[in-house]
Amino acid sequence: MSKLLLIIKREYIAKVRNKSFVVMTFLSPFLMVGMILLIAYLTQLNDNEKKVIGVLNESGYFANEFVTSDATSYINFKDISLAEAKDSTVSLGFYGLIYLPNESNLEQVAQRAFFYSKDAPSATVLDKLENSITSRLRQERLRELGLSPKEYAEMDRSYNINIETFDGLQNIKGINEIKAIIGGAFGYLIMMFIIIYGGFVMRSVIEEKTSRIIEVIISSVKPFHLMMGKIIGTSLAGITQFAIWIVSGAILLFIGLAIFDIDPASLTKGGGMASGMASGANVDVDALTQNIQLYAQEIFEIPIIAMLVFFIIYFVLGYLIYSSIYAAIGAAVDNETDTQQFIFPVILPLMLAIYVGFFSVFSNPNGPIAVAFSLFPLTSPIVMLMRLPWGIGEGGVPLWQLITSILILIGTFIGIVWVAAKIYRVGILMYGKKPSYKELYKWLKYS
Amino acid sequence: MSHILVANEVTKQFGSHTALKNVSLEIPKNSIYGLLGPNGAGKTTLIRIINQITFPDKGSVYFDGELLKPEHISQIGYLPEERGLYKSMKVGEQALYLAQLKGLSKAEAKKRLKYWFERLEIGDWWNKKIQELSKGMAQKIQFVVTVLHEPKLLIFDEPFSGFDPINANIIKEQILSLKENGTSIIFSTHRMESVEELCEYIALIHKSEKILDGKLSDIKKAYKNNIFKIGLETDNQQSLLNEMEGKFQILSQEYDRIENQLNLSVQLPSNESREILSFLSSRGNVNGFIETIPSANDIFIKTIQNKNIDNE
Repeated sequence: MSKLLLIIKREYIAKVRNKSFVVMTFLSPFLMVGMILLIAYLTQLNDNEKKVIGVLNESGYFANEFVTSDATSYINFKDISLAEAKDSTVSLGFYGLIYLPNESNLEQVAQRAFFYSKDAPSATVLDKLENSITSRLRQERLRELGLSPKEYAEMDRSYNINIETFDGLQNIKGINEIKAIIGGAFGYLIMMFIIIYGGFVMRSVIEEKTSRIIEVIISSVKPFHLMMGKIIGTSLAGITQFAIWIVSGAILLFIGLAIFDIDPASLTKGGGMASGMASGANVDVDALTQNIQLYAQEIFEIPIIAMLVFFIIYFVLGYLIYSSIYAAIGAAVDNETDTQQFIFPVILPLMLAIYVGFFSVFSNPNGPIAVAFSLFPLTSPIVMLMRLPWGIGEGGVPLWQLITSILILIGTFIGIVWVAAKIYRVGILMYGKKPSYKELYKWLKYS
Repeated sequence: MSHILVANEVTKQFGSHTALKNVSLEIPKNSIYGLLGPNGAGKTTLIRIINQITFPDKGSVYFDGELLKPEHISQIGYLPEERGLYKSMKVGEQALYLAQLKGLSKAEAKKRLKYWFERLEIGDWWNKKIQELSKGMAQKIQFVVTVLHEPKLLIFDEPFSGFDPINANIIKEQILSLKENGTSIIFSTHRMESVEELCEYIALIHKSEKILDGKLSDIKKAYKNNIFKIGLETDNQQSLLNEMEGKFQILSQEYDRIENQLNLSVQLPSNESREILSFLSSRGNVNGFIETIPSANDIFIKTIQNKNIDNE
């Protein structure tokens, strides 16, 4: 046991002191935060850029539609021909020109209205323009049917259907996506950790082989202890790195946001803007706050504690399974270039898990595919975590599935570690040509 | 118990390949035991079994009278043929780590390292990384690490490879002084020169089987073939030769005109040399008379050739 601790300590220190590891640990948060700030800044810059659009309104309508707002200013041309207006727009460097011809009625005006621009206009600009005209047209058509503008405003109020589960709990739109994203984040974290630190374990094994220290060490300790010590030491280094990233990343992000004076909400505004626009000016403020409360309530109802506990269980088991495979691969080969053939089949189930998670669990967290992949041991650490935000028991993951999945995972863990340890034990003393799968199978039978 | 290690009918297979076949050895305490054999004979497999890196399929190994068990690892020191150190780790840290893996406490390991580093005059390497050292320097560290925990049994697999003659000599002296202090040593090699100087006992392994073992001096005696080299000062070499041919079997002859000396190689029927000596001294001045004793190398080659002929 004390030897295992010694090995863990050495592996940890060797990893943590490694120059590229140190650089990555301290540079990554800056890079990540820098990237987020850059994106936020550019988005803001993009929003702030005022578009100037010329308006040549020969019709009697739309006097109040094209008024200068935050994002767009409208310049009205008067008493000039269309050709002159086009020239002026170009020479003044405006974004485009709206032309509303002089026709007898609104329908005709709309029919023959044009938007001229240098390049293809952006979808936002066109949407806005079309919305203005559509809204005016509807108002006009309804007025012809005898509806007053006041009644029209009343009529246009938006509507959301009420959603409830069979148990009578109130449900809200979009919460599934939020849950999936939370689950997905956990799953993705596991995958990244396995690929990065599994690779570290593998390279560390190869290093011991190529530096020929391996035989010196296994004349003192059991190969199994060396392998486990390596895996645990490397993962502790990984956890250290992740902790530094999370803490320093959070601090940097707050500092950055404060310095650049970026509204955190602008980072998440994208989706909200479109829906806000669609529901028009008549958003019920009370309904909105009520909705926010509901979202908050739902998110708090995600079993955070349970999720963290299961995250740790799945993370540890999944990581141990995969990193023992990585260690066995490292032992089987002499140099990193030979690893490709063996690594691909290892990454495959991880990728599959992520895709299944995003496509299947998103749409149907308790569907047969989601269930199958959350039981299959090589994908369950990722897929099960994606399902967990829907809760355990009723409405979420049935308890039997959770228990079965963990039991299968533990069984697989024992089996894989046993196989990996055998390959490792034989492989570390083999030099020369790259073994085939058939030879690896033979190694299992050596005592 | 006078044997540090006894192997009984040890057999080891890797798939269809037999690495060791019914090999039995008895390694006396406080001696240097040469484990000889060509490359691929099975020496390394046997050593790995002693170190419990692999395990025999059949047979048993006793260490100091007890069946080999994991606790014995701390009493064995092993310098493998395929050896190396962590390249990016500092010499001192690395030596401490390896010593602790052998069961030494950190303080004790440090104390002993200081002593050995001083003894080999490498004290200023403590904070250097292995990659900054030459191959020979790294080998010295490796040697220190192997002997540091003062094991009862030391196993050196080709210990002199990678050393220049001066350092090889330093290491040889260290090995001899370890033996003086009571350590038993297994010395595996296919280079025979060093065997003559160091080993009291040898075992010869060839194609997975032990084909010869015992005390080196006994083996040499057994392999002696009663050939004597003679240097005789004489004026009348031709008549002498004619006279001798009737009495002795002359294998080769050569006359040195400058020294006026006849050099002969004579095969005698037995180890009895009195007759020829008295004959020679009556014919001239005997400048040289020596029995040719086969070198370990001769024995090695001859035994293996015989074995191959037997097998055919």
